[in-house]
Parts: sequence; C-alpha cells; structure tokens
Amino acid sequence: MAYSLKVNGRMREVDATPDTPLLWVLRDELGLTGTKYGCGISQCGACTVEVDGEARRSCSLPVASVENAEITTIEGESDRVAKAVQDAWTAIDVPQCGYCQSGQVVSATNLLRRNPAPSDADIDQAMSGNICRCATYVRIRQAIHDAAGKLEG
Amino acid sequence: MTDTRTPRTGPSRRTFLKQAGTAAAGLVIGVHLPQAARAASGAANVIQGDGSRAGAAPNAFVRIAPDDTVTVLSKHIEFGQGPYTGLTTLVAEELDAAWSQMRATAAPSDPETYKNLDFGIQGTGGSTAIKNSYTQLRRAGAAAREMLIAAAAEAWGVPAGEITVRQGRIRHEATGREAGFGSFAEAAAERAVPSEPKLKDPSDFRLIGTDVPKLDSRIKATGDAQFTMDLQPEGTVTVLVAHPPRFGAKVGSVDDKEARKIEGVLDVKQVAYGVAVYATGFWPAKKGRDALEITWDDSQAETRSSEEIMADHRERAQARGKPAADRGAIDDGLTNATKVIESEFTFPYLAHAPMEPLDALVTLRADGAEAAFGSQLQTVDHQVMAKTLGLPMEKVRIHTMLAGGSFGRRGQPNGELAAEAAAVAKAWGETDRPIKLVYSREDDITGGRYRPIYVHKLKGGLDADGNIVAWDQTIAGQSIIAGSPFSGMIQDGIDPTSVEGARNLPYAVPNFHVSLHSPDVGVPPLWWRSVGHTHTGFATEVFLDELLVAAGRDQVEGRLALLGDHPRHAGVLKAVARMADWEAGAPDGRARGVAVHKSFSTYVAQIAEVSVRDDGMPKVHRVWCAVDCGVAVNPNVVRAQMEGGIGYGLGAVLYDEIELKDGKPQQNNFDGYRSLRIDEMPAVEVEVIPSDAEPTGAGEPGTPPIGPAVAIAYHRLTGQRVRRLPFVKSVDA
Repeated sequence: MAYSLKVNGRMREVDATPDTPLLWVLRDELGLTGTKYGCGISQCGACTVEVDGEARRSCSLPVASVENAEITTIEGESDRVAKAVQDAWTAIDVPQCGYCQSGQVVSATNLLRRNPAPSDADIDQAMSGNICRCATYVRIRQAIHDAAGKLEG
Repeated sequence: MTDTRTPRTGPSRRTFLKQAGTAAAGLVIGVHLPQAARAASGAANVIQGDGSRAGAAPNAFVRIAPDDTVTVLSKHIEFGQGPYTGLTTLVAEELDAAWSQMRATAAPSDPETYKNLDFGIQGTGGSTAIKNSYTQLRRAGAAAREMLIAAAAEAWGVPAGEITVRQGRIRHEATGREAGFGSFAEAAAERAVPSEPKLKDPSDFRLIGTDVPKLDSRIKATGDAQFTMDLQPEGTVTVLVAHPPRFGAKVGSVDDKEARKIEGVLDVKQVAYGVAVYATGFWPAKKGRDALEITWDDSQAETRSSEEIMADHRERAQARGKPAADRGAIDDGLTNATKVIESEFTFPYLAHAPMEPLDALVTLRADGAEAAFGSQLQTVDHQVMAKTLGLPMEKVRIHTMLAGGSFGRRGQPNGELAAEAAAVAKAWGETDRPIKLVYSREDDITGGRYRPIYVHKLKGGLDADGNIVAWDQTIAGQSIIAGSPFSGMIQDGIDPTSVEGARNLPYAVPNFHVSLHSPDVGVPPLWWRSVGHTHTGFATEVFLDELLVAAGRDQVEGRLALLGDHPRHAGVLKAVARMADWEAGAPDGRARGVAVHKSFSTYVAQIAEVSVRDDGMPKVHRVWCAVDCGVAVNPNVVRAQMEGGIGYGLGAVLYDEIELKDGKPQQNNFDGYRSLRIDEMPAVEVEVIPSDAEPTGAGEPGTPPIGPAVAIAYHRLTGQRVRRLPFVKSVDA
C-alpha cells in the first residue's frame, strides 16, 4: 500500500503493508535511523517520536494509523527547545552507549515543550517509559533541569 | 572478563612500526564525509566509517590530517564505557595537542598491532581498556610528537631541542616560526619511529586527570551516531533467524510455505543456528519468521527448569568442592568457635539485555569478506568468521562499530554471533550483497549466554569476643570459560571467574576456606558486568554483615577493624563513610547499608539509603560511592561508570531473573525482564580517590557493591535477610 506521511515537515511517499510499524517505515523505508529499535512492544522508548505533538512509541504505531499526522523524529528535532536539550545532554556528557538517547532526547524535548519547568516528579512521569540500560538516569534528570533553566533564562 | 590476568607486558617495538597499506585499510561504511567537510562540521569528533585513513600515520594509533586534526585509532570497542575519549586523551596528553583537534575512530581488527596487552588478543573486557593501554597510547602520542618536532627542525633548519609544542602548535621561539601538526604530518610519518619516546612526568599532565568533554556525547544526543543496526547500504537484505526454543535443540522439520507468502520475504534457509528468513527489512523478516512452522529436535537439549538446576547446585553446595583458597585450619576454626552461623545464597540466571540487540552486517566479496558490527573480542570473532567462510583471516576485514551497550553480551568466547552472521551470509551466497543479521529483543533475552545460576553456602565462626575466626564458603555454579578459548585460565580445576571476589576476601580471618563445584549445565553461560563479582560480592558482604551483627559491630568500624592489611579497601570505606556522614545515620523511615568490594583491581565502597515501598520492595533514595581506580584518566567518565554500574546492578538485584521451564526461558522482553527506570534511580554521589597508582578499570567495579548495600539496609528496616535474588522473589509483600 502507498502512504503519504508528513515527517519532519516534509511529505514522504512510502510503500508498506498497513500493519508495518511506523518505526520500520522510518528506518527501512525513509532511512531515518536515528529512531531506534529496542523492544518492539512499547516497553523501552528507544523508538520515541512525536506524533501531533505527543511522544509516542513508533514501534507500536501501524503506518496506516499515522497518515495525515505530523511526525517528528530525532532528525527533525531542531527548534530552540530541542537544541537546548541536546546542548544540555552534551554539556554534562549524558550518553554512555547512546543507543537509547534519541528516544530520551525526544521525550525530554516533548516534556519541556509542554512543561517548561518540570519537577522531579514530572520528569519521572514523562521519562519512565524510556529505558536506559547504561542507567544514565542521574544525568538525564540533571540535563532536563539544566535545559529548562537555559530556556527560562 | 576476569581480574585474574596474565602478566602485563610492555608495548613491543613492533607496535610502533608503521602499518603496511593493507593493514591500514578499513571499510567504507554508510555516509562518508569528505575530510574537509568533516573538519568543518566540528561535530564529528568520532569518525564513523573508515577512520583509519584519516591522515598521515606516524604509528599504528595516530593519524594526522592536513587540517591539523588528530585521529586516534581505538583498539577497544566503544559501547559507553568511554575508551574513545580515554585513549584519545592519552595520546593528546603526550602529543601536547589541543583537545578540540582530537578525533577518535575504531582501529581495524588486527590480532597483533591492536591486541589487548592483558589478553594477548584484540578484545575488550575485564575493565582493562585504559589499564592495558595507559603506557602504550602515551608512548604513541610521545613518539608522534618527537617525529613532528624532528620534521619541523629539519624543515626550519633549527635544532630540535629549541622547538616547543603547546596546544597543537609547533613553535621555534628564536625565529618566530610556528605551524600546526598538519604541516609536518607527512614528513613526520616518513621518519624513523623513536624506540624510547620520552613520557611526561605526571606533574606536567594537562589533560590526564581532567574532565575533558567526551568525544561521542554530541553525536549521541543528536541521533547522528551510527550503530550496526543503522547500517543499510543499498540492497541490504535483513535476516532474522528462528532459534531453537531450548538450548542445544536442532531443527527437526520446517514448513516455510506461509512464510514465503509474506510480502518482502526473499528466501528461507536452514542454517546451523536455526531457520533464517531473508527479507527486504526487519518487519517482513519478523512476519516471515512468525509464520514458520518448525518442529524442533530436543534430543540433545537442556530440558531442566531453573528450579531443578538451583536444587542441583544447592545439593552440591552442602559439601565442599575443589579448594580455591585455604589458610589456617578451617575445621578446627569452626569447631572451636563459640558461635557458628550458616547461610545460603541463591543467584538466578541473568540476561544482559543491552539496548541494541545483537546484529552484524556481512558482505561477501569476490576476494574475501567484510563485516561491520559491535565486535568486542575482535580476534575471536575474526577467526570464527574466517573459519565459517572458509577464508584466511587476512581476507576477512572487520570494522568495529559503536555498540549500544554490551555488559558482556558481545564478548562471546566462541564468537557465536560472528559465526552466525557469517553463516547466514554464506547461505545466501551472493557477493557484494550486504546481509544484516538482526536479533529481535526476544532473540536477545531468550538466547542464553546468561550469567549462570550460583549457590553459595557459607559457614562463619565467631569467638567469645565476637571476632571472626572461621569463614568457610562453598560455591556451586557453571564455569563460564570451560570449553572456550579462555579455558586455559582454569587451574587446578578452578575457574577463577567463579570464585573471584570470594577466594581473595580482604577481611582478616585466620581460618579461611573457599571451594568450588562447577557442574555441567546445558545452558550457554557468559560473563555479565563484573562477572564472578556479581555473586561473590553479594554473598561475602551480606554474610560478613550477618557476622558483624551477631558480634554487635558497626558496619563501618567492624569492617575497618578487619582491613588492616588492605589500605585501599579501607581508604574507600572511610571516604564513603565521610561522604554519607555515617555517624549521623539515616533519616526516620530509612536505613543505610554499607558494602566494599574490589574488582578488576579497583576498589569501590558504597552506602545505600533505603526505605520500604508499600509493596514491600526496597526504595533506594541515595547512594554514596567512593572509588579508587589508581590514576583516573577522566574522572567524569569514572563517575559516570559508577552511576551506571549502580543503576545496572540495582535493576538486576531488585527484579531480574530468567526462569527456565522445561528448558525454555520464560522471559523474553522488557515486560517480563524488568530494567531499572528513571523513577527508581537513586541520587548518586561519587568521589574518585586521588591516586598515582597505575590506572585500573571503571566499567565493572561499580556494580558489585550496590546489591549487598541495599540488602543490608533492607535488613535493618525489616529484619529480613534477602539471600535469594532478585528481591521480588524474596520480599514479603
């Protein structure tokens, strides 16, 4: 089946079966490999993208369900908030292996867009769907606070 | 892999020989920015793809480009533990380079040039990356510096002794001449390599010991970092293999009719590892695999449940096994004790579950083969891949990719993944066709290679004054290295990885005995972050606490009194007690537990502050951690490894177990095999003890102490001793 998807502001035509998860359309059809596969069952968050402004697990979204939606992947996260998050991530060296970090950054960026000054509890709520096996959580929390501070100032 | 190691040997003269063209040639993978574009971008501090040709080569580890960038070839895989940054720091220090001009990339597989000096082959493990490279990479930087100076002296017609190098600039004060490294890189590379380059005095270090920014942080925050999973050159065929559900089983019969009907499935082939489904991408490969009808031949399979294996080990542990350590007279010590305490500890199967499941890209060529993947033991993988393909090693080129974690998973002693990837490429047969083997998460977690089940039986004796006079520890569990290329480490029937951390208990106990049973089990084992210390650290520290409690001793003072001969253990323990203000104690509703454990020659003490959740499980609020790893090349990376080691260990002790039922793993993804999440991560404070001792590891030693520290705190809160991990299997809700 042919689908038209709006990814990172561009219309893209893809050919896929209707059940194909958005994750594999992004990666295997569109070559957007920043979004990662980690579990395939919405448990780890490595595949997090924004769909109409919400952080969603692309591994569990059939392509047929996201036609006409605005999809933003890590490659398209380039506004002021996203940049602040990525700068904060870099400044305190959050990543270790890095494989989950695209998903972490997308979730954190989405959080800060909705809530410019998140509490620790807000961070727990927004980020607990993103597993980091390297357990960089202490720094993820710090970097979100740092980015919030930068955006405020 | 273990902290029982071969003697350290100095870097050989050969290490510094210029590489021949063939050895220096690597793979060109994916997007390959032209040199100028890469330098201009400023962000590409990690060169992904063929970094080995990034400029002139004064030696095997250093490339200097005309634009002054210096690329260090890392012989160690980067999977988050920081060698790209650490090894590059060592070179930059002695080269007197500016950090901003430094780049890192993967060295090609080369068993001689890029061998781990602790292993004798190329590979990463046992927290040895910095330890074995410390002098070698400093010498590489110092040699390159001397060669640049010599080239400049010749060009400028001035004495070499009058030339200075600072922050990447070569200067001759008297004549006012100045140049960057790039100007003399080619000329320097033509010169003889100094055999004894002069190394800096540590007091002159500008970079070693400082928190230089990690080279790979930016590309990992932006999604630009390329992992094996992300490699998909034109025409790539994705392969998922249906693996046997029981270890040791074989394919009986296959019906692939339905699988072949799936759109995107290209072929189905039986291979030694199962049934391979070849497709245009992951999703059709997975659907095709799901549609296979396979009957398995279980005649050679392990069909026991983990409960049966635990019961077997428990029974064996009732009697002593082969002696691994013995001093004093253990039987007399126990007989003469006024009080004897006995405890038994049980440890489950653990999967590593790195974020990036196993994967590998293999392309057959007319004259050989190329492979790109997160190879952790390159020499083993290289040999196995060559053998599987029927090629000599020099016809197979391996490019080590950034890998999404390992925790041991990628360090397979038998090169299993490399063999499987080669086998599926060979079965396809076509040259110049990239074949990408991908494990699903389910393949990863049900794929075996677990930290084995271990049972520890401990007997401790106290005298009338509460002194520990006897310690008798029997361990039962599968050998990780038996039957592998590492089996030579087994001496007198003792696999050192089964008893490390127990046989060398640091506490002064006059009558001491450790013994081992290593039963055969048909479940493939593997080292898991900190290897033997994953269980010995827990059993020894919790049991010591039981004895200290029985004697009415304090956790800190009681330990310090027994650590007179081990000042570095005592040092980290005192430091962590100070950090946590141990005397002040925990706030109401919380308790603290202490653990100190040395692994991989690094000393770590932790204090965990814990409360009890409504469901009866521990909630860890804070962890203080003191670490002595000798010279900390990058203290920030060491702190990060302690933070991560604590989180990784905590998730496992709280939740994780792979249960086998009739030989089949019952957990297959992160729903059943829980990972620690951000809301469960304690605040962590790490102090790196200043030291001028030889640098030792950081990747693993943060993991062993957290389990016992939490278990001890939990005991203070509830009175319950957790002796069977994970906690969820032990606590009363």
